[in-house]
Amino acid sequence: MFTRYTAGLAALLFVSAAPFAQAADKPTDPQIAHIAYTAGVLDIEAAKLAIKTSKNKEVIAFAKDMERDHEAVNKQALDLVKKLKVKPEDNATSQALSKAAEEERAKLAKLKGAAFDKAYIENEVAYHKQVNGALETLLIPSASNAELKSLLETGLKIFQGHEQHAEHVAGMLK
Amino acid sequence: MIHPSRLAALALMLTAAPAAAATIEVTIDKLVFSPATVEAKVGDTIEWVNKDVIAHTATVKGGWEVMIPPKKAASLTLKAAGAVDYFCRFHPNMKGHVNVAP
Repeated sequence: MFTRYTAGLAALLFVSAAPFAQAADKPTDPQIAHIAYTAGVLDIEAAKLAIKTSKNKEVIAFAKDMERDHEAVNKQALDLVKKLKVKPEDNATSQALSKAAEEERAKLAKLKGAAFDKAYIENEVAYHKQVNGALETLLIPSASNAELKSLLETGLKIFQGHEQHAEHVAGMLK
Repeated sequence: MIHPSRLAALALMLTAAPAAAATIEVTIDKLVFSPATVEAKVGDTIEWVNKDVIAHTATVKGGWEVMIPPKKAASLTLKAAGAVDYFCRFHPNMKGHVNVAP
């Protein structure tokens, strides 16, 4: 039982770390901006799917919170890159994130009811953990522009709140 | 020119003022309630000023809840004495505390 759990956890960690593991090099500010924006868009897309699919009041409320917060943060990000005259640059990390999210959405699209709710919320916990880890260890330390760094730091606080919120909803679904 | 008796009345009103309810401001900036702990009394109003671009709440589990829209303020008049912990329902990592004296 324990071995199976550990093996499962190891597999999960491996999958979760994958998109960021490819970015062994320090990303540049235009790449960081692109990664942060992409991560937000992907969570908004997942939220839209949940709002459409779920019948659970708590899950729908959570998804609406995700949609609203990530849209607000992404608007800030767009305003900042415009102000700094930075052109967000597509990169391997953004592409890996998008690919992983696309696969997750395809998986979720086949589910209904309680199975969907559970899978969506568990993925939200894992996704926010993964993105927050990347912000803390890679994106924030790599950012060279002070305003970009500050926006990422605020984003991290917001998304840590989302992670706790998702864990709370996951606990209620059990 | 204000008549001296008027002035006396005004002074009386002013000295009486501290007994009246106060408004206590709590600022929200980058997901932090500041000050985190507020000392108040029944009848006082807490006004939360949200400087963030995202919405927050001040929520007491099983108690009151105040919605605080982005870049806006919202307030609550305290009706019961006691000490309560509150948090933001959307971002549970945001925490605050209110001590309400009778």
